[in-house]
Amino acid sequence: MRKKSYKAWLEGDIAFRGFTYLAALSLVGVVLAILWVLVEKSQLTFTKFGPGFALGSRWDPVHGVFGALPLVYGTVVSSLIALAIALPLSLGIAIYLTQLAPHWLRGPVSFLVELLAAIPSVVYGLWGVFVLVPWVRSSVEPVLGSALGFLPLFRGAPYGFGMLAAGIILAIMITPTISAVSREVLLAVPRSQQEAMLALGATRWETIRMVVLPYGRSGILGAAILGLGRALGETMAVTMVIGNRPQISPSLFELAQTIASIIANEFSEAFNDLHLSALVAAGFILFVITLLLHVMARLLVWRVARVPQGVTRE
Amino acid sequence: MRIRRNQRRRIVDRIMGVLSVLATVVALIPLASILIYVSAKGLSAINWDFFTKLPKPVGEPGGGMANAIVGTMILVGLASAMGIPLGILAGIYLAEFGRGRLAWTVRFICDVMTGIPSIIVGIAVYGTIVVAMKRYSAIAGGVALAIIMLPLVTRTTEEMLKLVPNSLREASLALGAPQWRTVVSVVLRSAAGGIITGVMLAVARIAGETAPLLFTALSSRYWHTGLDQRIASLPVYIYTYATTPYEDLHRLAWGAALVLLALVLVTSMAARVAGRRASGGNRG
Repeated sequence: MRKKSYKAWLEGDIAFRGFTYLAALSLVGVVLAILWVLVEKSQLTFTKFGPGFALGSRWDPVHGVFGALPLVYGTVVSSLIALAIALPLSLGIAIYLTQLAPHWLRGPVSFLVELLAAIPSVVYGLWGVFVLVPWVRSSVEPVLGSALGFLPLFRGAPYGFGMLAAGIILAIMITPTISAVSREVLLAVPRSQQEAMLALGATRWETIRMVVLPYGRSGILGAAILGLGRALGETMAVTMVIGNRPQISPSLFELAQTIASIIANEFSEAFNDLHLSALVAAGFILFVITLLLHVMARLLVWRVARVPQGVTRE
Repeated sequence: MRIRRNQRRRIVDRIMGVLSVLATVVALIPLASILIYVSAKGLSAINWDFFTKLPKPVGEPGGGMANAIVGTMILVGLASAMGIPLGILAGIYLAEFGRGRLAWTVRFICDVMTGIPSIIVGIAVYGTIVVAMKRYSAIAGGVALAIIMLPLVTRTTEEMLKLVPNSLREASLALGAPQWRTVVSVVLRSAAGGIITGVMLAVARIAGETAPLLFTALSSRYWHTGLDQRIASLPVYIYTYATTPYEDLHRLAWGAALVLLALVLVTSMAARVAGRRASGGNRG
């Protein structure tokens, strides 16, 4: 009797452990499946165009010529615009929330900033089409064009839709990510070092510039890369405002196309197998880029988190 | 000389303070703008028909989005039915048994999965389920959303279980409870608040996802007829209606955006409240 119940006791445990083990394995399985589909379905394109697919500058489904360069260009440039806007903003927010804001205000303000992250991408897109794009067309682009029109970046007709609008909307979307991570990083700066700096007669800004920011440097870099990774893969909002034309133009006013947005646009209406596989191949490139960035960002953030309190780094 | 330098330092300090406040204000302007536009334009589109009628063809007045609202619920329900149990089990593995190379790999993969663009998940589900079934279906859409949900649920579960003090586990084991019993009735129970919060946040997140549905669940103008058929959803409707040139459809898109936003925000807020209550109850 006793032996039997012991056996049941043990079997229950083994079964339970087995279930959780299988569930954990399913995550590995899902990622492998994603990788397999990306590799298998892009075969056609990579055998036809070779690695040159990534460098080809023409994307022409009608004539069956596919090069991903305009898409990679659009993806990278729109994300870099977003980062250029969002990084200073997020740093300002993180500094304000960790160093300057009165304590009662910190909770509500960071709640509001995080609310930006909860808004669905397609709602950003809708707002982008009917509010942001008209604003960019009527206010931002004419002003930039007349003030900085000597640069090729700001030349051309103000469509509203295009690279600039995509960059702005991405900036809004990644600000909560970057500011939340930077805030964590800045909170990890040892209080004693800041107090030492203040005791030496430094102003608050000097403390921030010479102690807080250097201490959090690699963590902030990690936050920026994490934000960049999000921007690169963002689909709906970008698709709705970027204008969807795969071309490489130095002007930020021009229509453009990103990898994610072309997949959203053309995938369900692909002409033939080659077109479909070219889209998957572009997706494969996107997957590899975001994967590398993500791993890099994680390593950087981890490194900061691992530094014990009160220990200085060079 | 010295005094002037100090004055300059003080002015720089002041300017930087003002700039950081300005950054915060600038970041909150879009939030205010989005909330105001969506509520103002959305409210004017919403009436009884919006919640009870099917969409009408272009040009005919009226019509609603009842099928898309139901469709979103079905898709989110399907995804939750798959993603939540699997994620919680995987989280239990990582927190309770996870040592060695497999645990490290799973943790790493989990991290990587949160960074995969959702459109890529759409492609993967298309390449497996849609191709195998030879048609777009609610199931495919549900699986795509479940995949996005999975790492979020796993992560929260692991983190919350790790917060449970070991003395609780030891007490339960010392009383003769088997390990599975300890995990289910003692550990999971005391971490329930945090896990519920995390799970509801994940649900809120997938409710608004559009990209993975575009070529898995697609969309539909009719009521759903079965899980193996294509199905309408609010996010996809917002996308297709916003990109048409018709004023009437734009109005409906704003209405749908309001309903979706309310759904997502209410779920996220409820998540925080529910979590606080559940963990508060246990503490006593």
